[in-house]
Amino acid sequence: MPEKKQDQLLHDHNHDGIDRRGFLKCMAWAGTGAFCVMKGGVLNSYSLSRVSEINTPDMMGELSFVQISDSHMGFNKPANPDVAGTLKAAVDKINGLAAAPEFMLHTGDISHLSKPEEFDTVEQILKGAKPKDVFYVPGEHDVLNDDGKQFLERYGKGSKGAGWYSFEKKGVHFIGLVNVMNLKAGGLGTLGHDQLEWLEDDVKHLKKSTPIVVFAHIPLWSVYPEWGWGTEDSAQALGYLKKFGSVTVLNGHIHQTMQKVEGNVTFHTAASTAFPQPQPGKADSPGPMKVPAEQLRSVLGVTDVNYVQGQHALAVVDSTLA
Amino acid sequence: MRTGVSVAILAAVLAIGFVATVEGRRGFGLNAQEKASMEVKIDNFSFTPATLTVTTGTTMTWTNRDDIPHTVVSTDDTKTFKSKVLDTDEKFSFTFSKPGTFPYFCSIHPKMTGKVIVQ
Repeated sequence: MPEKKQDQLLHDHNHDGIDRRGFLKCMAWAGTGAFCVMKGGVLNSYSLSRVSEINTPDMMGELSFVQISDSHMGFNKPANPDVAGTLKAAVDKINGLAAAPEFMLHTGDISHLSKPEEFDTVEQILKGAKPKDVFYVPGEHDVLNDDGKQFLERYGKGSKGAGWYSFEKKGVHFIGLVNVMNLKAGGLGTLGHDQLEWLEDDVKHLKKSTPIVVFAHIPLWSVYPEWGWGTEDSAQALGYLKKFGSVTVLNGHIHQTMQKVEGNVTFHTAASTAFPQPQPGKADSPGPMKVPAEQLRSVLGVTDVNYVQGQHALAVVDSTLA
Repeated sequence: MRTGVSVAILAAVLAIGFVATVEGRRGFGLNAQEKASMEVKIDNFSFTPATLTVTTGTTMTWTNRDDIPHTVVSTDDTKTFKSKVLDTDEKFSFTFSKPGTFPYFCSIHPKMTGKVIVQ
């Protein structure tokens, strides 16, 4: 039975009874991120855990990058006492990709408690990744106590307002939005008037054929408003993107992968590199999962709304972690 | 007549309680009622109890029992109270020295709301 030995606690360096190697093996969702490739102006997104199943030609395109999210550095509870380890596992997977991504997006909740050392640790770990550029947007955990001052000092160079910005890569227009500031009691994520105005202006002069990638922390579609999983004024933002033929929206926050297609807009949420959260309605909060807000449908002019749950992202035990 | 005396006594007790709150604990012989305290638990992304009615001078303490940090921030016009971010098992206390209705929420998870009614 030599194989079984691998699951025994062989290295307990911290004398805490936790075998980190075995622990990582158990966490199917650990070290997950998304590999994104733009092909013919349309973005495809694959869970990093599934990359081994994908043919190399499918991973080739005009542009590829990686989305990681919700690292929650500083979190140390039983759900995952080693969030640094699982982030490193994600970096290992990124470095193992056959087609090297050009850069990384981090869709927020870099830190758990906005502590400087938490941001430092993430930056240090991400330095080990082959792609050197990382584009960040803040999660609500990154702007605690100081209204996002520290986040802006670290990552906000060249950004507007609370840290929103756009950039071009190989003809693709990327837009980083901030929807975790000035949240109102009882409400959802908020973009706010200033940011919406900026967005309208930012895309006004772009050709309709320009592929658009929007990334923000809280989903820009109503995943589950009862749990705050949506953005109050996202409909207005999506309205400004109506004219474009290819729009991809990348979010984090809900710690699980979900995808939805609405007309020319594809929505993705990335898994957390730190810990999973329950599927909407599958935990103590009451009530069935509601169909996304009518508001969103009217903006996009479609009536058929389907959720496409990620098939594999939470289910694959990755042998490379063992 | 009995009622009148009772009301007078109650008024006096409340007055002392109020002064005691303002003055802090400097030599006033506070009884248990004047040092009233109430607890609110933060569990599963909700405040329990969500609505509490208390007497003026009551000290409320919120304890975060979730694995996720929360805050306790009042949403009345004057923003009467605002906690720092509370990690697991951390507490925030506030003494209500004036009557009124004080709605509050978690500024990180705005779906979490509660209310304190001070009489």
